[in-house]
Amino acid sequence: MARSSTAGALLLVAGSVLADGTLVVSNWDGYMPEDLPDRFSEASGTDVEISFHATNEEIMGKVVASRGKGYDVLFVSSPFAEALHELDLLAPIDRAKIPNLANLYPQAEELAYDPGNTFSVPYAWGTTGLCYRSDRLADAPDSWQDLLDPDEALVGRTTMLATDRWLMGAGLLARGYSVNETDPARIEQVRDDLVATKKTLLAYDDTTFYSKLVSGEADLVQAWDGWCNYGIAENPDIRYVVPKEGSDLWVDTMVIMKSSDNVDAAHGFIDYVLGADTGQWVVENIMYKVPNEAAMKNIDPAMLESFPNLAMTPDELMQGEQLRDLGETQKAYTKAVTEITSSR
Amino acid sequence: MAAERPAGTRGALATRLWLGVVLCFLYCPILVLMALSFNRAGLPTVWSGFGLNWYAELVDSPEILSAARNTLVVAVASTLIATALGTMLALGVARRPPSSALDALLFAPMIIPDIVLAIALLSFYSLLNVTLGLHSIIASHVVFNIAFVCAVVRTRLKHFDFAVLEASEDLGASRFTTFRRVTLPMILPGVLAGAMLAFTLSVDEFIIAFFVAGPGESSTTLPMRIYSMIRFGVTPEINAMATIVMLFSFTLVLLSQRLDRSATLPDD
Amino acid sequence: MRAPTALVLPGLAWLVVFMLVPCGLILVYAFLERGTYGGIDWLFTFDNFVRGVEPLYVSILIDSALIAGAATVVALLLGYPAAWGIARAAPRWQTRLLVLVMLPFWSNYLIRTYAWIVLLNREGLISHGLVDLGVIDAPVSLLYTAPSVVVGLVYNYLPFVVLSIYASLQRLDPSVLEASEDLGAPPWRTFLRVVLPLTMPGVAAGAVFVFVLSIGNFITPDLLGGGRVVMVGNLIYDQFLSARDWPFGAALSLALIAIMMGLLFAQAVATNRGR
Repeated sequence: MARSSTAGALLLVAGSVLADGTLVVSNWDGYMPEDLPDRFSEASGTDVEISFHATNEEIMGKVVASRGKGYDVLFVSSPFAEALHELDLLAPIDRAKIPNLANLYPQAEELAYDPGNTFSVPYAWGTTGLCYRSDRLADAPDSWQDLLDPDEALVGRTTMLATDRWLMGAGLLARGYSVNETDPARIEQVRDDLVATKKTLLAYDDTTFYSKLVSGEADLVQAWDGWCNYGIAENPDIRYVVPKEGSDLWVDTMVIMKSSDNVDAAHGFIDYVLGADTGQWVVENIMYKVPNEAAMKNIDPAMLESFPNLAMTPDELMQGEQLRDLGETQKAYTKAVTEITSSR
Repeated sequence: MAAERPAGTRGALATRLWLGVVLCFLYCPILVLMALSFNRAGLPTVWSGFGLNWYAELVDSPEILSAARNTLVVAVASTLIATALGTMLALGVARRPPSSALDALLFAPMIIPDIVLAIALLSFYSLLNVTLGLHSIIASHVVFNIAFVCAVVRTRLKHFDFAVLEASEDLGASRFTTFRRVTLPMILPGVLAGAMLAFTLSVDEFIIAFFVAGPGESSTTLPMRIYSMIRFGVTPEINAMATIVMLFSFTLVLLSQRLDRSATLPDD
Repeated sequence: MRAPTALVLPGLAWLVVFMLVPCGLILVYAFLERGTYGGIDWLFTFDNFVRGVEPLYVSILIDSALIAGAATVVALLLGYPAAWGIARAAPRWQTRLLVLVMLPFWSNYLIRTYAWIVLLNREGLISHGLVDLGVIDAPVSLLYTAPSVVVGLVYNYLPFVVLSIYASLQRLDPSVLEASEDLGAPPWRTFLRVVLPLTMPGVAAGAVFVFVLSIGNFITPDLLGGGRVVMVGNLIYDQFLSARDWPFGAALSLALIAIMMGLLFAQAVATNRGR
């Protein structure tokens, strides 16, 4: 039938046909200097197409559905890298192809979720804590309880992270439990705490919490340290603090999909990102810490002064517990978070 | 209400006022966005002068332009396919005895929650190991577009006197000539109205595109881009984007309305 | 007849392949198990349905129904008088007014919802406007609550309610109304006893439309709810992306579809009986 073959031809034209050797990289929007892909292309001759995902869950959902097809390199947080590895979707890291691994801090080669970096390579790391407007808070906060059980003046002016691991993390740390807690009774305790907290919250927010601080919609938010720096850059009254009960050590990693046709180029990309110059420029650009010793050494001290959390040392960071994939317990966390967010 | 009634003044004034309030409710948010898009400062509460700077930023942005291009490709392709298939469906169904099952099938795409359809399609494509891309979005958009085109054309066909077709054939015209000379001109306004409707729906559609799009910029549509812009905060570029998209939709709908007045009114 | 079958086949085939089969797949997934790290294990189980009726999920369903119900009621209350106003206008104005009402309905859903983020947030126009007018002392956030989600839903679906009720009003025979007046009935009684029952099909169609589309809505609670308002659509989204529990998400989807079909069926029966 004439109509369907025309339609078929149209579909073929409309469908994207990527040139051989184009690397498809998925990352958070703004989590990489904008010209990094172009610089890499110039240096290596391989084209890069950037795909954005707003959350880990989004890219996990798409990648699990398509079994990784269409993607070469992903930027995902450590527990999700671990899950992808368990699902057998990742290609092993060939250390011979990434000489710049030598730039990493020794601690960054001994991370709990992937010792020796066999299926992932760390890109950025940091802590989760409290980001606040020092000009609007009477006392500087120093505990998770300042967020979970806020003062009268702060009711309706706080936010928590929406992603379940970090949402639960605040409650778990406040009680001194592990961020990878599996005991159902403890999970329920934390859930009850957080249900009470919901009544005082403005919103659960993963992406616009710092702009809420800047605009005045909120005064105290749960934040990743680098992201708080965006707020600090816009308003010097904004400060960041790691609560006394502690933080987790989150690590955002780069992984290579097993289904990738460009595994060598993917390794080349990761190697480029781990370069000392690239690393330094990444830090200056996205204001997060990188586990790249060669890069961190060269950061301008003035920058470290304006953004104190950039100056945290690896030893300090390693005090935080690392997030691991929870396996079967993930269901319990998701259920707890559903109970929290849907509570009246 | 076909004839004019002598209006009781107080009642009439009250309902006119109410209508005004409703229209205000419907248009104020849109007008606010449009006004803000010209606000140099970009803040909703401080007016710092008229400026087209946010529009300039949009035009400068290659991701936005690429997303707009992808959206148009998807909309044109899915509209063409859906209009053809939907019109044929309407013609075929109009001649048959009414069938609840068929009606249900044709009505279903409009009723199934879009998130369920999106997830179902993603599961389907991933089971078949299909590479995702603009083509998967197009194929998915055709689903609800067929339903809308078919509904619009069927409404038009309700007033159609099929005896005319028989007369034409009795007079010796071939089936194809009958279609071309008799049927097509009569249903064309309805078909075009349905096509514009399908186009508009495809241009605005977000959630199905979000789930079944392939990776990368080459597969991102404008609504997907808008969603991530909104997710990342209330920024002034969104207001400029919103204004352009709204004006585009309005123009399309007004054109469609011109083409077929009865298509915007439901008939039973 | 041969020709109609050939006409109907391609369209039907597309719907079967790209709608029925995927939905059938969801039906199948609902009976399978979640893999340890996500995805599907092809093992048969009723577990997902058993979980689906746990109090947590039932309460989310009820909350969704309440929000959708509130949106429906508000839309009807706002929409009926507006439809009446259009129906009583001069004939040449009626079409123009209708188009005016329907225009926003055909524009981008995300943007229409986003407009309310701009208006309702603590640092937005309405908040500062109220402060300036002296109604409140300090800026207030009107966002991230169930009522803000209701506002968003009403805003998005109101035009269709107006259209639907107008269509019914238009078919009213004016002589019936005159007869009621001649018999001495006051206007409100004419409305309650004559007009409203006669326009029930339009009201019902509009109500079902708003309710059905609201209860399955994902974008409005996602953008206007700030993570604090969880409706069935959000729940399904979470199951597929965060929990990576496709079977459970599929079971929830089936429940949602079942409810909607039930409502539509009830409406169809009621409409047919009315005839």
